[in-house]
Amino acid sequence: MNIDILFKIAAIGILVTVLNQVLVKAGREEIAMMVTLSGIVIVLLMVVNLINNLFTNVKSIFQLY
Amino acid sequence: MDIFQIVSIGIVATIIALIIRQEHPELAILVSITAGIIIFTFIIGKFSANINVIISMVNQSRIDSLYVMTVFKVIGIAYIAEFASQICKDAGEEAIGKKIELGGKIIIMNLAIPILTALMGIIVDILNNV
Repeated sequence: MNIDILFKIAAIGILVTVLNQVLVKAGREEIAMMVTLSGIVIVLLMVVNLINNLFTNVKSIFQLY
Repeated sequence: MDIFQIVSIGIVATIIALIIRQEHPELAILVSITAGIIIFTFIIGKFSANINVIISMVNQSRIDSLYVMTVFKVIGIAYIAEFASQICKDAGEEAIGKKIELGGKIIIMNLAIPILTALMGIIVDILNNV
């Protein structure tokens, strides 16, 4: 299992924060909102795969069928 | 040493979550989920080896494997339910976490009923023989 994904999430979070602040300062609140939303969706897609892995692992180890 | 790896993953994840939480609390929750899954997949290999040893011991001693399998299933369900309910609690939704725990408890009770009926059957047999 790789710890890289944690740093990926951190990088996406920091990037989204910076973009958000720049866009808010430029007066584009609605685009800033869209940037935040897309960042969350990207991270969510990564984490959903991980959760699927966790469930299949637990199912196979504890024989939950 | 694996414990140092686990501890350092936990500390790094905590710092990342703290940094992100100020701006995006919803991303911080995802960081904590990821850290939990990484640590779990780290230790699950060792745990499955132990489980195989226990299963082979049970097979040697000719105990009905239904009972041990039920115990393992209960452990798995309890782990998943606890994982989800703690995430809900971290996100400030304690009520949803309690509902997940309740669901886990009821499913565990469903699994335990066959053992209870077996026990009752043994007791009834003993009482009839006396």
